Amino acid sequence: MQPFGPSLTRALSIAALGIGLALPLAAKAQAPAGAANTLDAVRARGSLICGVNTGLAGFAQPDSQGVWRGFDADYCRAVAAAIFGDPNKVRFVPTTAQVRFTALQSGEVDMLARNTTWTLSRDTSLGLDFTATNFYDGQGFMVKASAGVKSAKELEGATICVQPGTTTEQNLTDWARANRIRFTPVVIERLEELLSAYVSGRCDAYTTDVSGLAATRSAQQRPADHLILPDIISKEPLALGVRQGDARFADITRWVHFLLLSAEEFGITQANVDQMANDPRPEVQRILGKNGGLGEMLGLQNGWAVNVLKAVGNYGELFQRHLVPLGIQRGPNALWTQGGLQFSPPFR
Amino acid sequence: MSDLTLNTPAAASPEAVSRSAPLSQVGLLGWARANLFSGWLNTAVTLVLAYLLIRWIVGFAEWGIVNAIWSVPDNQTQACRDLKGTGACWAVIAEKHRFILFGTYPFEEHWRPALCVLLFIGLYVVSAMRRFWRPVLGLIWAVVLTLIGVLMWGGVAGLSYVPQERWGGLVITLILATFGLAFAFPLAILVALGRRSKLPAIKALCVLYVELIRGVPLISLLFMASVMFPLFLPEGMNIDKLLRAQIAIILFAGAYLAEVVRGGLQALPKGQYEAADALGLSYWQKTGFIILPQALRMVIPPLVNTFIGFFKDTSLVLIIGIFDLLTAGKTAIIEPAWQGFGIEVYITVGAIYFVFCFAMSKYSQNLEAELNRHRRR
Amino acid sequence: MSDSTIDPRSLRTPPRRPLRLSWSDERVRGIVWQVLVVGLVGSIVWWLWSNTVHNLEVRRIATGFGFLTREAGLPIAEHVIDYSPTDTYFRALMVGLLNTLKVAIVGIILATILGTLIGIARLSKNWLLAKLAAVYVEVIRDLPLLLQLLFWYAILQGLPGPRQAIHPMEGVFLSNRGLKLPWIEWQDGHSYALLMLILGAVATWLYRRQALARQMRDGRPRPVWPVGLGLTLGLPLVVWAAAGAPWTVDWPALRGFNFQGGLNVSPEYFALLLGLVLYTAGFIAEIVRAGIQAVALGQWEAAQALGLRSGQVLKLIVLPQALRVIIPPMTSQYLNITKNSSLAVAIGYQDIVSIANTTLNQTGQAIEGIAIIMLVYLTISLSISLFMNWYNARIALVER
Repeated sequence: MQPFGPSLTRALSIAALGIGLALPLAAKAQAPAGAANTLDAVRARGSLICGVNTGLAGFAQPDSQGVWRGFDADYCRAVAAAIFGDPNKVRFVPTTAQVRFTALQSGEVDMLARNTTWTLSRDTSLGLDFTATNFYDGQGFMVKASAGVKSAKELEGATICVQPGTTTEQNLTDWARANRIRFTPVVIERLEELLSAYVSGRCDAYTTDVSGLAATRSAQQRPADHLILPDIISKEPLALGVRQGDARFADITRWVHFLLLSAEEFGITQANVDQMANDPRPEVQRILGKNGGLGEMLGLQNGWAVNVLKAVGNYGELFQRHLVPLGIQRGPNALWTQGGLQFSPPFR
Repeated sequence: MSDLTLNTPAAASPEAVSRSAPLSQVGLLGWARANLFSGWLNTAVTLVLAYLLIRWIVGFAEWGIVNAIWSVPDNQTQACRDLKGTGACWAVIAEKHRFILFGTYPFEEHWRPALCVLLFIGLYVVSAMRRFWRPVLGLIWAVVLTLIGVLMWGGVAGLSYVPQERWGGLVITLILATFGLAFAFPLAILVALGRRSKLPAIKALCVLYVELIRGVPLISLLFMASVMFPLFLPEGMNIDKLLRAQIAIILFAGAYLAEVVRGGLQALPKGQYEAADALGLSYWQKTGFIILPQALRMVIPPLVNTFIGFFKDTSLVLIIGIFDLLTAGKTAIIEPAWQGFGIEVYITVGAIYFVFCFAMSKYSQNLEAELNRHRRR
Repeated sequence: MSDSTIDPRSLRTPPRRPLRLSWSDERVRGIVWQVLVVGLVGSIVWWLWSNTVHNLEVRRIATGFGFLTREAGLPIAEHVIDYSPTDTYFRALMVGLLNTLKVAIVGIILATILGTLIGIARLSKNWLLAKLAAVYVEVIRDLPLLLQLLFWYAILQGLPGPRQAIHPMEGVFLSNRGLKLPWIEWQDGHSYALLMLILGAVATWLYRRQALARQMRDGRPRPVWPVGLGLTLGLPLVVWAAAGAPWTVDWPALRGFNFQGGLNVSPEYFALLLGLVLYTAGFIAEIVRAGIQAVALGQWEAAQALGLRSGQVLKLIVLPQALRVIIPPMTSQYLNITKNSSLAVAIGYQDIVSIANTTLNQTGQAIEGIAIIMLVYLTISLSISLFMNWYNARIALVER
């Protein structure tokens, strides 16, 4: 038989037909999540889509089984638990620094829990609203202890590793200009590539948010070989973000954060949330939905708080679970009652 | 540099026939003498290369086998770090291989992407066999690709639904490459025909498309897919990130394949076109029954080579954060305990790419030789 | 529509028959098809465009290229021209473009040399050499370039730190900060000398043409090299001496954190160059091998029979024929190097893609950023294509 002939053309046309039929299946557009009402869209879809980092230890990172773990990932679970009563009704979409805002604007994700610094220009010109600062951070430097550097001011002439396209890069430039320090940058977008550049000694210093520095440091073979310099060169309030103009959904993410704080304040934990239902304090009663009907005001069920706390625990527990093992201290993220900045408005 | 093997064979002298060759000219010794140690320059080259090769092999074996650590108890990588680079830490592969292969796909459901990988391989093998080069092949492709879609998504026949953003690893690489080819090929044929069309507007459109796409790097198309596509669509409508990257790869592959197909169309003797016209066939009859079957036959080997190129190029989705094989490999070593074992992961991932590409490239070489056999005398 | 192509059917009827408004008229069908296709493509483009304009407005994303004159504020490690973060985005993008060209041009030259050597090695009589070359070609072509780049970058990071730098000879340091070489301090005299070198090369080329033309007339070969040497070497030397023979060597030395002075080849640049050259050389080797094998054995024999020396055989008979086969695929490899250099973004070499990418991150203007990237590559690709097509046409077989 002639290997090729009209038969091949027929094969191709059948393939084209089959593929044409398969196309609508593949091009299944997601349920539209218009700017107006994210909550309804999320409910209709049956799951929350949450934009997280592509991989940052302690905040969001898939484990060996492919399950997303971390502080930010648990914020996503908390919001899902508040809406559905089930922390597993969440889908994680890893987003790079470059596409995170586009992904939120276009409705590809419902919210961002992705180490995003709250700045004026982002809040006003990128079509998103920041709702709550779930982590207060600041930019610092880490150097090898053997370099003998005690202050960032001594970094004249150094090579510094920095991630491009972030506020980190701009802060570094501003700081260097203000202090008349010349430096050579090494800019790599993929974090793991950048980290290995610092660890291998390609750079003298690595600059990012202090939490990131602490996480990197604790992951090293001998953490004592690395020194986080005392200079903090910027304020980095890392905040949750939602699409602009959706006040209801913004409220939900904001109050989920406040719930986690209040729960810590009143000593409600993952383990004791059921017993605490009998706690006589009126605010605890209101938080846990015994009375006051606060959940309905948010457009949720009154048991939302119990669901959230059962799913992930309170703020302190989240911190303890994901960040303390990396050597990150509470610092400014302690509750206001303990001298920190984390403050929840009253549940009333 | 040594001489080229283009010298004419020495004329055989008539009396050489009756005598047997001296011992130094036959057997292993003779072969080595002729091919490795003819002349001092050749001998020197052989010795230097052999020395380097042996040193490298010994060094690699020491690092990769003798001093290597194959497994460690629950994430205690201290033993690996104590090696200080003198040995490989294959424990990272032992711990992370499921993540590298399947990404964030639900752990208990890993058999589904695994089955899909086997289906893909089966599809390649079937497509490679000439006795399946019949209309039924189109049907097989349609069925298998649909089956893969069903397996991956689930939601029917008792399979749980797995949203697309949880897919990852090797299967993403195979999906991007295979679906890319399946959609780009029909597109490429149309564009190639259009580029040779006598209709000026259609020709201009096709030339514009091919030259625009071939003039820019794939990365810029992927960036476009990840940050610009969402702006192109009306409000409230969006297509997910994998599909956007897939569209970029189809557009890219379409332009390159179109040029390959056009090469086949041009290589066809003009007489074939004229003969078809003389028979009074319409344009589509002429193209479908006379031109394409012959033209495509000629370009199968370059088509396979182009496909190998796409297979490798799918790794670029790393830059827009899609969890293909390479991205999954790199993400596996973010976890603090496993940071710093990049070389081991790269070697493993490289080996997987190599197996696929090498098989296809060998196949293409054999096919080329086979298809050209009728031309040789 | 033109009737320039002769359709067999048009022979039956006069070529200039009037258009009949009927589906059976081929020309009418052609026009209808074109209107349909152009209309379809046009309406899709219009739809996408109007969506984009609407989305930009709704999301309040700025448009236009006004940002080019704003202060960039992004640090760039390697720059051919002067640059500081206070410069504009436009200048930052220029720096990126020059960085792209820097890696592409050097990459093309090195890959051609290495590829040719490996291609010839594959045809070697030495079995070991030929096999090794074949294995190299097969392995390097079957691994993704991005993976290779990441691999080389990881290897280069494993070099010792600047204090323990490998120091094979005076002024040369190899460390994880890159390769440091001594370099002369650039002064005006050097620029004049460089200019003279270029002028000398052009003059030599013109002289050679003339010499060849005269050889064609009277058959007497005229040696070109004495005049060429004088023009390309002597002239710049004289100008350099006249400018006061400036000669200060800038030696690299470890001061503070890093080496100061001298010429620096950064690990990012080196990894990218290494990856591109090794990868592309695998493809070029195959092209060169095919080109040499395409020259029939009889051509070698015939040339030897004419009494040409082996150098002449290569130069006058074999190369011109092999090049005809080699040039077209070589062009696409050169284009590939240029386009593949965009993978720099993965390992932190700040080429045009990396800088445009940061720019679009900071300004939020994705369309403009990507338009710049595409425009730059289209221009480069088109220039290389035009040059290689011109060269190809020059060496092409002149057919009757």
